[in-house]
Amino acid sequence: MIERKRFARGRRLVLTELPIVAILGFALLPWMWMMLSSFRPDAELTQSPITLWPRTLTLAHHIELLQRTSFIWNLRDSLVVATGTVSLGLMLSLPAAYAFSRYRFRGRQPLRVQFLVINMFPVVMLILPLFVLMRQLGLLDTYYALIAGHATFTLPFASWMLTSYVDGIPVSLDEQAAVDGATPLQVLLRVILPVVMPGVVAVGAYMFIASWNEYLFALMLAGQHVRTVTVALQLFIGENQIQWGLLMAGGTLVALPAVILFLFVQKQLVGGLTKGAVVG
Amino acid sequence: MLTPALAATTFLVLIPVVETLWMSLHNVILFRPRSAPFVGLANYAHALADPVFWSSLGNSVIWVGGAVSLQFGLGLGTALLLNRSFAWRGIARALVVVPWALPSVIIGLIWTWMLDFNLGVLNEIGVRLGLLSAPIAWLAQPDTAMAAVILAVVWQGFPFFAVTLLAGMQAIPFDLYEAAALDGAGPFLRFRYVTLPGLAEVIATTLLLRMIWVANSLDLIFVMTGGGPGTATQTLPLHAFLTAWSGGNYGEGSALAVIFTLILLSVVVIHVRRTHRQ
Repeated sequence: MIERKRFARGRRLVLTELPIVAILGFALLPWMWMMLSSFRPDAELTQSPITLWPRTLTLAHHIELLQRTSFIWNLRDSLVVATGTVSLGLMLSLPAAYAFSRYRFRGRQPLRVQFLVINMFPVVMLILPLFVLMRQLGLLDTYYALIAGHATFTLPFASWMLTSYVDGIPVSLDEQAAVDGATPLQVLLRVILPVVMPGVVAVGAYMFIASWNEYLFALMLAGQHVRTVTVALQLFIGENQIQWGLLMAGGTLVALPAVILFLFVQKQLVGGLTKGAVVG
Repeated sequence: MLTPALAATTFLVLIPVVETLWMSLHNVILFRPRSAPFVGLANYAHALADPVFWSSLGNSVIWVGGAVSLQFGLGLGTALLLNRSFAWRGIARALVVVPWALPSVIIGLIWTWMLDFNLGVLNEIGVRLGLLSAPIAWLAQPDTAMAAVILAVVWQGFPFFAVTLLAGMQAIPFDLYEAAALDGAGPFLRFRYVTLPGLAEVIATTLLLRMIWVANSLDLIFVMTGGGPGTATQTLPLHAFLTAWSGGNYGEGSALAVIFTLILLSVVVIHVRRTHRQ
């Protein structure tokens, strides 16, 4: 009996746990290598052949990044843009999701499908006209341009996911509130919102991460006065020389909020995706 | 309140599309903003006559085919493993998504750093293990650059398949496996006749979403190679972007974007039709 148990354990170790370790190594080692590199002095980073194991660790790159470069202001810009995107996105997508879910208006179904289809519209299709439009409006290189830009590509998915959340709430709740004399807006804010809060949090987190991580819009619609971290990082890549230490330190800092937030909401996001799979 | 929200959303999302169509029919050069004469389909004709268009189309096919199939294979394998029970499964499941959460720019940085000719850890390990006789400039050679950017996007995207397929597997009723086992089906047959059919819908949708996403994504390539060396890693959306962004030719860039969208749209329609029939 004990023999068999031990055999089963060994089997599980070889056939399940070791392959998982290998996959996790593939998933995590490149990320860890970036973090490790950010703590190694320049002498070790630029020495060839390279040493795999660090001899000394230092905070020099992180300190230089935060004190001598404009990176801290770039972090602020990224934070403002991401927060703005989440606010604008939720203000628009929650009512839109409610309308999609509750009202039978003409063009509802085509519009709903349109929102799915728009997900697949190439970024270039959105970014080129937005650039020209923002230029005409004189909004280039402002928070407004970037927030609007990030909203365009996060809104469809956000409305789609929120619609499936609202669909899950029985209509009787709305009707009850309407009988009690609540206006549609009150129904939305007092009845629907509290119930879909988990969905709102997940969608908000998704929009925050998408905006925080975004590069092309940030490069094209802004870049001078408003410079987000993803654009700022590229500036450490010079014509002749790449400042690997600063790049790795910046990458480490920028990646952390996205990773932490993602780990918190991944269950809801995956749930939304697979729910969408059934609906779609 | 509801109508304005819907209208604003539609406006934000649809206006760019209309504007792209308009620009694709006009000669829009960034530095001459006031004169954009109507040129009919000239932008389209010019774009299609350019050999770079056709090489970019070919690159897009390799990029999407290579990236999606490898992401899917690795993701499916990961999901199957994570669907078994072992003590630290929860932690493993949480950690495997890390690459998916990272910004494309940073993923580009990480892999550029690891693939560096002199300072890259992959060359070093390869040489030490005897897999490489000498370091390789992965991103500077046409024949290895595409493989390198695909490697980076596979890393970024396989967790998506792993977690969505895993969620799909956990929705398959356990009795089905028990019944199959009673009928004498081994692990492979159970996978073939229980797991795969149970996952069919999730697989169809995730493949579609991922294909669209990979086809559209250009930031990773833009950061790692800028489409080079030459045009070796230039995909169609990147070609459209560069035509407008570096070339200043918004008319032709828009035409390329429209052509690309139409190609993608037709592939998607075919895919959806086929999966619906099944």
